[in-house]
Amino acid sequence: MSTLSFVTGLVYLLAATLFVVGLHLMRAPSTARRGNQISAVGMVVGVTASINFALVEHGGNAWAWGALVVGLVCGAAWGVVRARTVQMTDMPQLVSLFNAVGGGAAVAVAFATFLLYPGGAGLGATTAIPVVLDVLIGSVTFSGSLIAAGKLQGLVPGRPLTFPGARLVNALVVSVALVAGVLVLVLDGGVLRLTVVLVAALTFGVLMVLPIGGADAPVVVSLLNALTGLAVAMAGFAIDNQLMIIAGALVGAAGTILTLQMAQAMNRSVGAIIVGGFGTGDAASATVAGADLTDVRQVTADDLAIELAYAQRVMIVPGFGLAAAQAQHEVADLAKVLTDHGIDVKYAIHPVAGRMPGHMNVLLAEASVPYTQMLEIDAANAAFATCDVALVVGANDVTNPMARRPGNAVSGMPILDVDHAKSVVVLKRSMSPGYAGIANPLFTDPKTGMFFADAKQGLADTIVALKQYVTA
Amino acid sequence: MTETLYANLAIFLLSLLVGFEVISKIPSTLHTPMMSGANAIHGVVVVGAIITASLADSPAGYLLTLVAGALAAANVCGGYVVTDRMLKMFTRPEPAPDDQDSETVR
Repeated sequence: MSTLSFVTGLVYLLAATLFVVGLHLMRAPSTARRGNQISAVGMVVGVTASINFALVEHGGNAWAWGALVVGLVCGAAWGVVRARTVQMTDMPQLVSLFNAVGGGAAVAVAFATFLLYPGGAGLGATTAIPVVLDVLIGSVTFSGSLIAAGKLQGLVPGRPLTFPGARLVNALVVSVALVAGVLVLVLDGGVLRLTVVLVAALTFGVLMVLPIGGADAPVVVSLLNALTGLAVAMAGFAIDNQLMIIAGALVGAAGTILTLQMAQAMNRSVGAIIVGGFGTGDAASATVAGADLTDVRQVTADDLAIELAYAQRVMIVPGFGLAAAQAQHEVADLAKVLTDHGIDVKYAIHPVAGRMPGHMNVLLAEASVPYTQMLEIDAANAAFATCDVALVVGANDVTNPMARRPGNAVSGMPILDVDHAKSVVVLKRSMSPGYAGIANPLFTDPKTGMFFADAKQGLADTIVALKQYVTA
Repeated sequence: MTETLYANLAIFLLSLLVGFEVISKIPSTLHTPMMSGANAIHGVVVVGAIITASLADSPAGYLLTLVAGALAAANVCGGYVVTDRMLKMFTRPEPAPDDQDSETVR
């Protein structure tokens, strides 16, 4: 090992340490921002060492460096502009796009490595295997993430898209990718063969994400995040770069943990989500949608305001309906009026409330809700019994008591025990069932009042009504 | 060659384990910024783009360098900026409400 390689390796270890310390600091809101900055310093250190190593060890020519600089400037400009201007509700799309570009970059690196040898012949198994895996995983991530982002943005229909024989086509495409990949290894290279791997994997990425419903987005975004990490690690193996291996593995682990946690919170196996099938039940939801309103106690903004004004503890349960209506600022305003009046207000946040893990927390943070008011599911469930009012805004399945009983679509799913509160008000546009497509007995519970309105308008009306009672 | 591969596999495996250990302790409140921060970290693929640039010697190589550089830079720069933007919003409750408010309450 040359002195240059050794020193570069040491600097890489420093960068990797900074990544781990940065992620470690993300475990508390008070230190998380510093953690991200430390991780960014690690990135600058690693990139600087790499530029130095590449220039001294390989040199390269002006065309290649020129192409790199043009690419870096354009990419960085686009990334920073998007990062600065994105709406917090659109965060899942942006994270998906960043997954896509990361996977795409890993594929480009693998292909470039492959082409260094004419026709990819003579790479040797230790390089060829990671190159093939990188192209496979990276391409699936690239096209899959683009489709996921399109679904979240509404450019591609959010409902599960399937066609007859979809599974057969999937199996066929995967087989083509795998066979072509094996042939690249066995027959020692072949640009055409690697291109077949690329195209088949890109196709599979599209086919994999199309049948997945919008409500499964938290799982899909997490999974694609994990896959991008793995693709980058494979690129690291291909070019023998330890920093890429370490960072890719860290991200792969992070994405895997979130994928499993999200799937658990939705009471689904990762496999079932990928295969699709469940939640394709548009027909099933239509049959329940016409539930009659005779058992329902309806309340108005004024009723809700009175209930809130005379409460001591209020728990707000935000669901995706709140984000869809862009009502996070109204809910925060309502909470502020109550807090100023001496009422204790907390938010109960289900792990899958939103379109990606922890999305609801970000939306509330944007509306200046202090993180100390945001309770995770276990803490919230411990607190419901002492709450005077639980206000459910745009949430459904995650509050469904049917989850405690066996034999239905939500059985066993961890839920928020909203029905343990002394009184419940559900702010929702209609009685329509949630993603699981089953009725929610909470809505017909005698202690539940249904407030039918758009979340934003309903909360604004409640604030107006509330001010009559609390400012007197 | 196999020695390098063994070392790299060991690094990969241990990094996965460290990742599992560190990430599993992050509260769900911070899951979105954490994922976005991890997203920025996989922007380390920009290192791959740099190495690719130093080795490229054909038009196809230059083109792939351009693509890899653009995608990786978008990933790494955008990822860190947006994560910082989110984390800036996570605040504690204000220790004392500003003067105007406390006046009206009294």
